[in-house]
Amino acid sequence: MSERPRKIEITDPVEITVDGQTVTAQSGELLIEACERAGAYVPRFCYHPRMEPVGMCRMCLVEVDTGRGPALQPSCMLPVTPGMAVDTTGEKVAKAQDGVLEFLLANHPLDCPVCDKGGECPLQDQTVAYGPGESRFVEEKRHYTKPIPISETVYLDRERCILCDRCTRFAKEVAGDPLIHFAERGAQTEVATFPGEPFSSYFSGNTVQICPVGALTAKPYRFKARPWDLEESESTCTGCSVGCRVTVQSSRNEVLRFQGVDSDPVNWSWLCDKGRFGFEAGNSEDRLGEPLLRDGGELRPARWSDALTAAASALKGADADRVAVLGGARLTNEGQLAWARLAKSVVGTDHVDAQLGDGLPAEVVLDLPGATIDEVCAPGGTVLYLGPDPKEELPVLHLRLRHAAVNDRVKIVSVSPVATGLSEFAAADVHPRPGETAVLVAALFGGDVPSDGVAGVPAEQVLAARELLSGAQDLKVVVGRQNLAESAAVMVDAVAAVRAAVPTATFLPALRRANVRGALEAGLAPGRLPGRATLEAPGSWKDAWGSLPKSVGRDAEGILTAAAAGRIDVLVLLGADPLSDFPDRDLAAKALDAAGTVISVDPFVNASAARAADVVLAAAAFGEVAGTTTSLEGRVTTLAQQVTPPGTARADWLLAVELADRLGTDTKVATAEDLWAQMVEGSAAHAGASTEALADEANVDGVLLALDGSGFTAPAATQVPPQNSYSLRLVVNRSLYDHGTLLSHCPSSAPLSREATLVLGPADAESIAVTTGSPVKVTAQRATITAVATVVDSVPRGTAVLHHNLADADADGVDPGRIVIAGEPVTEIRVEAG
Amino acid sequence: MARFSAANEQLARSIVSRYPLPKSATIPLCHLAQEQDGHLTDDAMGHIAELVGCTAAEVLGTASFYEMFKRHETGTYCVNVCTNISCLLLGGEELLEHAEQKLGVRPGGTTADGMFTLEDVECIAACTEAPALQVNYRYFHQITTDEFDQLVDDLRAGKLADEIPPHGTLGKVRQEIPADKVANITPPEQQTEPVWIARHRLAAEAAAPAEGGES
Repeated sequence: MSERPRKIEITDPVEITVDGQTVTAQSGELLIEACERAGAYVPRFCYHPRMEPVGMCRMCLVEVDTGRGPALQPSCMLPVTPGMAVDTTGEKVAKAQDGVLEFLLANHPLDCPVCDKGGECPLQDQTVAYGPGESRFVEEKRHYTKPIPISETVYLDRERCILCDRCTRFAKEVAGDPLIHFAERGAQTEVATFPGEPFSSYFSGNTVQICPVGALTAKPYRFKARPWDLEESESTCTGCSVGCRVTVQSSRNEVLRFQGVDSDPVNWSWLCDKGRFGFEAGNSEDRLGEPLLRDGGELRPARWSDALTAAASALKGADADRVAVLGGARLTNEGQLAWARLAKSVVGTDHVDAQLGDGLPAEVVLDLPGATIDEVCAPGGTVLYLGPDPKEELPVLHLRLRHAAVNDRVKIVSVSPVATGLSEFAAADVHPRPGETAVLVAALFGGDVPSDGVAGVPAEQVLAARELLSGAQDLKVVVGRQNLAESAAVMVDAVAAVRAAVPTATFLPALRRANVRGALEAGLAPGRLPGRATLEAPGSWKDAWGSLPKSVGRDAEGILTAAAAGRIDVLVLLGADPLSDFPDRDLAAKALDAAGTVISVDPFVNASAARAADVVLAAAAFGEVAGTTTSLEGRVTTLAQQVTPPGTARADWLLAVELADRLGTDTKVATAEDLWAQMVEGSAAHAGASTEALADEANVDGVLLALDGSGFTAPAATQVPPQNSYSLRLVVNRSLYDHGTLLSHCPSSAPLSREATLVLGPADAESIAVTTGSPVKVTAQRATITAVATVVDSVPRGTAVLHHNLADADADGVDPGRIVIAGEPVTEIRVEAG
Repeated sequence: MARFSAANEQLARSIVSRYPLPKSATIPLCHLAQEQDGHLTDDAMGHIAELVGCTAAEVLGTASFYEMFKRHETGTYCVNVCTNISCLLLGGEELLEHAEQKLGVRPGGTTADGMFTLEDVECIAACTEAPALQVNYRYFHQITTDEFDQLVDDLRAGKLADEIPPHGTLGKVRQEIPADKVANITPPEQQTEPVWIARHRLAAEAAAPAEGGES
């Protein structure tokens, strides 16, 4: 297991004696922690530093004398007190440990040779270290049917379970999904789910990692390897932008498992299941091992020299203003810099956007004073949450926010068009009409509140939320895209409203794609250059890169609109799949069809590439390229290369350097480190994040970039037309498991995506006489689609929800991409029983 | 096999309202569900979870801890024969064996007509009256095999219907509290300091100046 020594700051020292040694501990700290820091590791099964202690397993008994004579006490339940004398190794303690293990082993099967945990099993290890050589228990052990699936991915072997309460505590305390619980009692006690209600938590994989025996195993890893055959390196999960630290474990050049690393500022050892099991995509048979060229309508394998020549000659022959680059948010920092240079300097186009109309403008991410996850979750603080449902998009951020609200008195004022995972523990949870978020946010800080409310939110809710925000010191704001059926300008206006009221507020951008922050830092946005420089103020990049684009280019929407009008001759898709990801699928499809040469750089043939790519350059994926990545809070961490890419797939940065070379520019780059050195040299914000600094022991959790952005200026407010009383405003949400390229190549996670339905509130459903399961007809300006309705209490009146990318792009799919029109501030729909 | 009936759901909601925290009503609602169906059904546990705001797994965890919540079809009469020490010495085992033959089921089993569930139980705190058994938790002391047969026949014939209600039946008094008898609930955060704590605090405060004077 990947446990780091935990650092604590001692503010209130208490002197205790551990095995004769005087030790300074923090007042109130648990004895088990103080002993461990003093070098006296106390064996344990149930204790976990990130959960409340329960004293279930009794393995951590130590002899404690607080002045009343020595007695055995569980060190995980005992806070240190001055003068406490502790013996962790004496005869009585050894006898107690021996006895506890003998009891635990009375029912635990000795099937270690066939158990996945064997070799990394705390019970096995501690039995060898502290246990009896033999058992006196000769009776039959208890038997259960085994293993039983408790969810799609997690299996439970009740015979192996030692009832430590770790998984059940995790489910209740950390994940907030208490779908597993102890059932029965005494010797019959078992971990159980309710019949027909599986442990379908987004965080279920963590229970497998923290299980101290082999009772819980995860389908993707079962019987795949023995722990002693695994090679591992520490890296950062790129499933989303939270930047959870993981160990990537592989055997025979195949990634087999991720384990969460306890990174104190980020993930506290937790991972979401999408991230944890996301490695499956890398092992997919559909991975590209060689480049492809379109030949007679079909994509066929090609030689690298031919593919690169085809790409280079397309780029060379095109007018720079007719070349565009979409995507790049999934690359490493180094790949992003290399592609930014290729696009902006070598080719000379500024039509570059790493986001696909589903993000926020670069100035919101880079030019606002930043807040880290730790700052947002600091005890006692106040947070204005303007982001997407964190449980669906940034699951581990959701866990941190949940912990902050439930345990650390953080008051969250959640503003979102419909209820989110935060709703149950937010101090205030208000749902403005889609498109009117900024109006509501302004009202949260002052001004008259009409008696009929603001933006559809009742007046008393507005005033209650205002009350919570009014006393806030250091207001933290989390901002992202809440609704893909409204334009990004709506959220920019909301940010401006906060800035106008609270100039000292700091912001955490909650964007989803793994390295979107890095992409913007590297300049993969119109008008931007690396290190937060702009075309107007290019700084040292002008000299470093030579030529720069003459004018600010188009964003994703502009690029696709231009392409659809036949004004783009070369469209480069950097790991991007606009057909699946751009909210307006209709525009994306027209753009792909009308663009000249489409070059896709991707580990897979994604939907867009299959439709339109002329050249597909096989890219290396996660775990196959070493480099760095930047999390949403601006934390640069390292990515490890653990396996080799399939076939001859190449690193993204290498492809950019190679193409630049073919276009006649020597970028003087031989390694990824060279690229990063250029970044660190050219960007003040990156000054502390050099390769050497990242390798420093003191920076195991990565290096934070400077978060002192100040250049944000509020644009003119967007005009949102008043809502027609006959129509509903559409909300397009993302869900954790959608039909994205990577997820559809994860056999364990792909089946978990939910059915695409139209979600309505009870009042609107009643007015058109539909109930859950009824067919409905959804009419929008552009198209009419049919769907099945789901009626949910949490959707406010006048609003309806569709989920992004849950349906395939066929004609009958319940696909919001068919009705959302890019650039419209809001999307109005009419729903009829169909 | 069901969720609460409309009437019981209303009663369940009133029971929930008697507690500062809805989850505290879990066990009373399990009793109510058992009374409705004779045993605690999965559907009822799901309904309880909705009413008290937790997951069905948590209701199951609580209910399964307690022997008296039956999660399988249970006869109208649940016959518990004690085979613990005193009863064992005075013929409890033989009584159980006789009961098995009379009813034609093993301990844990239910007769085909759904009348009786036979259970082999540990001490039921009637050692002076061994061998003892309970029918729906009503005691029968110093039972002989003949008396047992008579008891079963009487139950089948409905002669004891007034004394022994069907399994799961609860006292109406506890479930339906007249409005004027309902105690006021003060949420934890609004509760005043208990008198014994206040007394302790006042004593400590009275002692404090004296200590200060000495130093």
